[in-house]
Amino acid sequence: MEIKNAAAGTLESGDILIQIAPATTAGLHIDLDSTVAYQFGAQIKKVITETLTGLGMDNADVKATDKGALDCTIRARATAAFVRATGKDVWAD
Amino acid sequence: MFVPGNNPGMMQDAFIYGPDSIMLDLEDSVTMAEKDTARLLVHNALKTIDYGNTEMVVRINPLNTPYGKKDIEAVVKAGVHVIRMPKTETADEVREVEAEIERVEKEIGCLGRTQIMAAIESTLGVINAYDIAVASKRMMGIALGAEDYSANLKTQRSPEGIELLLARQTIVVAARAAGIDALDTVYSNLNDMETFRKEVELIKQLGFDGKSIINPRQIEVVNEVFAPKEKDIQKALTILAAIKEAEERGSGVIAVNGKMVDRPVVIRAQRTIDLAIASGIINKEDI
Amino acid sequence: MNSIKDRAALIAEAAARMNKDTFKGTQPKVTTARTELQHQSAKVVTLEDAIRKTGLKDGMTISFHHHFRGGDKVINLVVAKLAEMGFKNLHLASSSLIDVHEPLIEHIRNGVITKISTSGLRGKLANEISHGLMEEPVIFRSHGGRGSAIANGDLHIDVAFLGASSCDPMGNACGFSRSENAKSICGSLGYALPDAQYADKVVILTDDLVAYPNTPNAISERNVDYVVVVDSVGDSSKISSGAIRDTKNPRDILLAQQAAKVIINSGYFKQGFSIQTGSGGASLAAVKFIRQSMIDQGITASFALGGITAHMVKMHEEGLIERLIDVQSFDKVAAESLKNDPMHKEVSANEYASYDEPGSATHNLDIVILSALEVDVNFNVNVLVGSDGIIRGAIGGHPDTAADSALSIIVCPLLRGRIPCVVDEVTTHITPGSTVDVVVTEYGIAVNPARPELKERLAKAGLKIVDINALKDRAKSIIGEAAPLPFGDKVVGIVMNRDGSVMDVIKNITE
Repeated sequence: MEIKNAAAGTLESGDILIQIAPATTAGLHIDLDSTVAYQFGAQIKKVITETLTGLGMDNADVKATDKGALDCTIRARATAAFVRATGKDVWAD
Repeated sequence: MFVPGNNPGMMQDAFIYGPDSIMLDLEDSVTMAEKDTARLLVHNALKTIDYGNTEMVVRINPLNTPYGKKDIEAVVKAGVHVIRMPKTETADEVREVEAEIERVEKEIGCLGRTQIMAAIESTLGVINAYDIAVASKRMMGIALGAEDYSANLKTQRSPEGIELLLARQTIVVAARAAGIDALDTVYSNLNDMETFRKEVELIKQLGFDGKSIINPRQIEVVNEVFAPKEKDIQKALTILAAIKEAEERGSGVIAVNGKMVDRPVVIRAQRTIDLAIASGIINKEDI
Repeated sequence: MNSIKDRAALIAEAAARMNKDTFKGTQPKVTTARTELQHQSAKVVTLEDAIRKTGLKDGMTISFHHHFRGGDKVINLVVAKLAEMGFKNLHLASSSLIDVHEPLIEHIRNGVITKISTSGLRGKLANEISHGLMEEPVIFRSHGGRGSAIANGDLHIDVAFLGASSCDPMGNACGFSRSENAKSICGSLGYALPDAQYADKVVILTDDLVAYPNTPNAISERNVDYVVVVDSVGDSSKISSGAIRDTKNPRDILLAQQAAKVIINSGYFKQGFSIQTGSGGASLAAVKFIRQSMIDQGITASFALGGITAHMVKMHEEGLIERLIDVQSFDKVAAESLKNDPMHKEVSANEYASYDEPGSATHNLDIVILSALEVDVNFNVNVLVGSDGIIRGAIGGHPDTAADSALSIIVCPLLRGRIPCVVDEVTTHITPGSTVDVVVTEYGIAVNPARPELKERLAKAGLKIVDINALKDRAKSIIGEAAPLPFGDKVVGIVMNRDGSVMDVIKNITE
């Protein structure tokens, strides 16, 4: 899968900024900075991983800056970042 | 209540202020560069967030832009109640949107689920108001968009709104003739609650069913102006009780205090009660 | 004969019987114009001399007040001087500590401060302490609890260092100044008054030394040992910063409106009622909304208590609130009013909220509106420790007013971002659920089952009453299940109940 650098989201409260870059080593690497890291860090990483692997992205470096986003927002931002990084249409399926 | 479609914080909070209807916006409040991300956000929000009994509306981009069709697909799949068409000028445009909605609904097997609301924001739209109102059986209401309309008229909005009078009345008349709702435009100066209140009083008197708002702080004013008076509620409750009683007797004749009640009176009574419930003055269970 | 000479033997006899001397004559009369003397006294010394003269030793307890909040300059100034003079092992007992007291971290590392008592902690200092900076746990008390502890000896203060915006050379001090050289103002010195009364030695620091007599005064010269003149005791522009702000946030406004409706329909909203609001946007804004109902129904309040705000002052000036009882001025308008209006009364923390004094003002309070970091399904409230386990607040008068008032209302959003505020069990127990009557959130209002009559009144008024468990479930459905916090095994804080018993402990955070 061809990946270029891409980002989606903002740093506003309740949002998450997700930046995707080509993988430096094999696998999906998520670097998370979150205001709720203690309580929801694992959950946020899980949602990002599920969203990206569900779309077929298994190798990428992901930087996520979270400002307390809900799962549905994380899913939307991860999907948008994926679309921008790959140029694929997620509505076709 | 208008909520920008690219602001997740506002989208998840909108519900708590108790608007009758939440309109997530993909059009004017979202920049070109963020159309794709906003569409995904709105799609996921509609699918996930519990908005209770609130009517969920999404304002899509026009079909003649690269975004319109994708918007429809995303929000219909997410189960939106109403699609709001911006800048509607002709009945044909409505039919195009309807066809697109039907295509998506067929694909996912929920034909007829999505309603349409048309925003009329130009002189041509006002001229065609009735045609637009009856262009689709999905049409549930028409709304005035005053900013573009005033520009199109080559004037500016005034506090008194004299320049909008014809458009407002045309829209109310068209909506009534078509048996759908008429909704008024937004008022964007949040610091001038006095003028806002006057405008709400005016459009209520003109016959509008509701007012579009841009901030939760405006909800209370709209509810206060539209709230029916105690006396009217009592009268309406008596009439509805009489109807119930007539139904139980199996009689078609409805009488209150010995007087026959006409159909318009019944309709007005029901509307009073609906408004009283919407304004939180009475509970549904109390009826 | 009966001249004084003739009576000399009898005088000597009377003196001997009473074990007293006989009169030997007076000191020479001082004829200096008093306008000169009113500007000086032996009490006025430098900070270093004052510290020496108090006899302060390693291991002793020093105290401070936090009336300047974010603008306080006294604590950092004095502790830096103590460090410079080589003191170690001191116990710092402040009425509270906030972000601005971050330099204490260094003094703790260097062993100058080894123990802290306070109402709250914020910012970097709070973060470091939560992670285990100190060997001894911090002792947290409510404002009323601190007043009691100082009075009954639980908290013995050796030397109090108290900032004042004006002071005369004898030590008569105020939280404002009536002179032309006024540099600062903080209003009430309520939290400093127990220290002034009970500390062994009292040092006043002031940035406006005025001529005797600086009356009416908050602190009396009788309680003051030394007076030190400094450049600045505090930045008054910051007294309304921190926890206190006037809100434009629509969610806070919604919460304030709901809280106002609770008050108006509670059964306590009647002629002569009394009210207090805590810090926090929504609880402060609620006052604005009950104002209109007071006007409409022709109701006036007998007094407003506690942290006094500009809104309270305005309503007092409009005749809606008869008296203001002020332990802490929440903004400059309140501070000015305290200075100028005799019906605006300054009280000590003890008169305000002492558990031991049945006459303290909170016992006469009808309604209090308070904020919260967390409320649990048993109505227990946490105002001290964040949901991430890090200390980020202050107990304040929360448990005092909740317990003593007729009606306590907690106003808090169900969610702050992704952080839930209604939970199964609060992270730290501060205010017992048995003293909390109503919880107002944007998703509905919960009434303590111990108050069925209140629930009935509010439901009858059409308010949306929900079970507190339903609120908790609603929060979980929106944000999901939070992972447990990484607490360690070290106790970094001890929460004292206002009656002097130990309420809870705070463990360290390991990540």
